[in-house]
Amino acid sequence: MKEFSYERPESLDEALRVLAASGSGAEVLAGGTDLVIAMRNRWREPKVVVDLKRIAELYPALVWADETVTLSAAATMTQVVHDEGINKHFPALAEAASAVGSVQIRNRATLVGNICNGSPAADSAPPLLAHDAVVVVAGPNGMRRVPIDDFIVGPGRTDLHEGEIGFALDLTVPSRPVGAAYERMTRRKGTDLASVTLCATVDDVGVTRIAFGSVGPRAWLRSDATGVLADPDAPADSKAAILEEVFADASPSVRSMRASPDYRNAMLRVLGARAVERAIVRLQELQGVS
Amino acid sequence: MSTTVHIEAIVNGREHALDVAANHTLLDVIRDQLGLTGTKECCVVGECGACTVVVDGTPMNSCLMLAVEIDGRNVTSVEGLATDGRLDALQQGFLDLSAPQCGFCIPGQLMSAHALLQDNPDPTIDDVHEALGGNLCRCAGYLQITEAVLAAAKAGKE
Repeated sequence: MKEFSYERPESLDEALRVLAASGSGAEVLAGGTDLVIAMRNRWREPKVVVDLKRIAELYPALVWADETVTLSAAATMTQVVHDEGINKHFPALAEAASAVGSVQIRNRATLVGNICNGSPAADSAPPLLAHDAVVVVAGPNGMRRVPIDDFIVGPGRTDLHEGEIGFALDLTVPSRPVGAAYERMTRRKGTDLASVTLCATVDDVGVTRIAFGSVGPRAWLRSDATGVLADPDAPADSKAAILEEVFADASPSVRSMRASPDYRNAMLRVLGARAVERAIVRLQELQGVS
Repeated sequence: MSTTVHIEAIVNGREHALDVAANHTLLDVIRDQLGLTGTKECCVVGECGACTVVVDGTPMNSCLMLAVEIDGRNVTSVEGLATDGRLDALQQGFLDLSAPQCGFCIPGQLMSAHALLQDNPDPTIDDVHEALGGNLCRCAGYLQITEAVLAAAKAGKE
């Protein structure tokens, strides 16, 4: 790792001042599970590393207020995995968070960092897209709120600009019953990056949303309002035809060593059908309870 | 602040005041500055778990942490398990069941298992698999390692 200076601001204002003073030479550190690797491999060579973890405004890191949960930049994957409200209302997000790395990684890696890092294979991207998460960005001119579909841009790129901090993610419990499920394909169980990530949600009026990643430059969100995917009794070939449309933009890289494009495309369809099936079951459970 | 940072931390129960380079990982400082070479460097990308230490009760990959981040915190490495020259139940369990083969991954396995048992003294086999899922053993001694953790948990209850 190249030399850098280390800053540990205790307030958001102080952090933004440090970032403003450092310009493009600054990197923000939260969990460090991506940044430290990037610095060691000299993919990133910051002059200043700004550690966010002592910023008072980031705590408590996970807060429920009414029907909205706010996860600050300090919220770890482990906290996501164990939060009762997230398991109840956003089980697909809990599944995605629990799939990240290992216990050691999840104890450090943050949900906001997973999105700000901009990896097309980010496990949390599909459930956050499918649930219309909002990214709260702190900058010199105050806070702005960005729908996650606009925030995610491409490999390593987001709507986060120089001098800004990915401050939090907001998720609001849907007003109508929604079943959701997460699926992922890896070469092995345990620590591995995903070759396909996918989240499906099904609501009580038959709208199915599918968000999928690791098969193109970014994770995409698509929707099916025909009611066919959401119908437990629809024939498999009708569903398959709709899934073809849903996945029309998938373009897995030929250069990835994790899986070939053909295999990823084939598995995308398998995981899509599987996630929809599980989402339907979860919706039925919700409706049975309510 | 500068490229060198003064930190104070508790490592294996002892207070340390250290000047650490900002670009040194916790793993670098544990091994090279504190001389605690039980913690191993292997993949340095957070995949193998050989460098696992416990920070404030939580297992973490020390290769992915900057050393400055432990300022004010409590760190346990494998050297912190034995007390007064006596192995703890986990170490004894690993020995009794021949869990170490080449031994290189064992400090990391022990630290993940230590954090598990602190949190959950009565783990199921699935709990052990989950807790140690981030620790690779190239000798593939997983069966003995899992049995050793379960045996230590049992010994701890008696």
